[in-house]
Amino acid sequence: MNSTGTYKIHFVVLTFLLLAAFFLNLTLGSVAIPFSEILKSFFGSGASKESWNYILLNYRLPKAITAMITGGGLSVAGLLMQTLFRNPLAGPYVLGISSGAGLGVAILVLGAGALGGVFATFLLSPWSLVIVAGLGSFLVLVAVMAVSMKIKDTMSILIIGLMFGSLTSAVVAVLSYFSNAQQLQQYIFWSFGSLGNQSWERVWILLFCFCAGLLLSVLSGKSLNSLLLGENYARSMGLRLKRTTLLLILATSILAGAITAFAGPIAFVGLAVPHLVRQVFRTANHFILIPAVLLFGSFLMLLCDTVAQLPFSSYTLPINAITSIIGAPVVIWLLVRKKKMFF
Amino acid sequence: MKNNPSPILTVENLSVGYQKSNGKLIIADQIDFHLDRGTLTALVGANGIGKSTLVRTLTAMQPRLGGNILICGKELKSFSPVELARKLSVVLTEHPASKNLSVFELIALGRQPHTNWMGNLTPADREAIDFAMEITDTLVLKEKKCYELSDGQLQRVAIARALSQDTPIIILDEPTTHLDIYHRAYIFKLMRKLVNEYRKTIFFSTHEIDLAIQLSDKMVVMTGEETFFNTPCALIDNNHFNHLFPEDTIQFDKVNGRFGIRDRM
Repeated sequence: MNSTGTYKIHFVVLTFLLLAAFFLNLTLGSVAIPFSEILKSFFGSGASKESWNYILLNYRLPKAITAMITGGGLSVAGLLMQTLFRNPLAGPYVLGISSGAGLGVAILVLGAGALGGVFATFLLSPWSLVIVAGLGSFLVLVAVMAVSMKIKDTMSILIIGLMFGSLTSAVVAVLSYFSNAQQLQQYIFWSFGSLGNQSWERVWILLFCFCAGLLLSVLSGKSLNSLLLGENYARSMGLRLKRTTLLLILATSILAGAITAFAGPIAFVGLAVPHLVRQVFRTANHFILIPAVLLFGSFLMLLCDTVAQLPFSSYTLPINAITSIIGAPVVIWLLVRKKKMFF
Repeated sequence: MKNNPSPILTVENLSVGYQKSNGKLIIADQIDFHLDRGTLTALVGANGIGKSTLVRTLTAMQPRLGGNILICGKELKSFSPVELARKLSVVLTEHPASKNLSVFELIALGRQPHTNWMGNLTPADREAIDFAMEITDTLVLKEKKCYELSDGQLQRVAIARALSQDTPIIILDEPTTHLDIYHRAYIFKLMRKLVNEYRKTIFFSTHEIDLAIQLSDKMVVMTGEETFFNTPCALIDNNHFNHLFPEDTIQFDKVNGRFGIRDRM
């Protein structure tokens, strides 16, 4: 594989863009805070108004960090899925992994009421949210993987992913029928997707899962590279297929599960970002693609979030709508332009 | 060079096929042959007779139903995946799954059994890659992407990848299908060169029976009922090619060492 040296400039530019988007995201919001005050708040004695300090440190900063983790994490998960399934259209949303996580959350949120009382508050802690969402994604992925072992056709895998998606939404519909209005509202708001209103506790948990998933991905870099030749070739070069598959499924479940648990199901980022990155980074080496996808995904999500909060107004659009508005045309454009998408 | 008398690969009483839920589906059995170091061995037989199944079994891609496979005197099952990848490389009929790989990246992947966890290339690795590209005339393609290559170029690149893996044994599954006559001859000559000059042990399945008779040292002939193993001359003398295909359509011509269409409509 080529050395990382040739892409140094790309990485410097990407990092710079990410930093710029980060500060832009912090600057813009429903309350206008001058940029100099933001710098003061982070690097100096604190902003001149206490309320500005509070908004920055307890609302905008955790939101920006969540946005970066969400964008970066989902994009890496998408990259892993595209290589694992050798399918350019794979991604956490398309394969039904997000719906799996959603099912886990639905069972927890809508089912917790049935148990009621103290137990319910315990069940709704951020950790249990992450665990059920992770488990949900893991189960769906294992199911999709098991079916894809029987059916080699790449298009059927996507259809199977869609089927699992419909199946989980059907279960969610049944569950919601038996739950009360408050729980239902809670679940509906979650399903819109939101990066805001994250407590620092949740951000730390998210960051922990993100790092764990990322570590697993980087450790699988060499195996991912050999999988580009297909299963049989990869095995002939010494790859332990079962172990690698399990590691990749685990990494994706942790990344997509934790992110979906806190930010809701977010469409298209995982699918589109790897393809956009491949337009610029003309390599298939995962040791270059993983960091590139990570940086670009974080950058894109920060931008989406900046748009979603409609600067200078008090309204906020659902983040899922913005990513779909941007993501869907990108995927169509890629399909039309290249006729056949590569991975 | 000291001649090693023991074969590098030995197949004893092998049966290949598939393990079904309702029992074994045997495709071919009682297969016996061996590969000596630095020899070129061809595997021929009609379509569906089990050539690919045999190749997949030899390369540990599917489990055998019975018998022994020994590599350097050691049972195939006792090799770890990486150990085996250092002994045996393959060229399959399937194309690389990702067409986004560049030729250099693809050939460099062959170094995986030798590189560290990140797959970093040492000077020795680069040397092996350069050697592989030089001998297969793929140096000029180095920067190209796989989707830009023709079938013939892609096959040379696939062989280069196997060569960069730097294994004593190379197994190729129908390396000349879909290729024009020039590339077919090119691939055969390349295999002969690798055997003669670099003492590789090459085993390949093929439908080019006449070319295989001319160029290989030994041949494995699968007829469906029996599997024969000998030099091409001995196989011709014993009429083993006669039963390869239904004889009312084509017939083996002993003098020219090739099949001809029988003039009977």
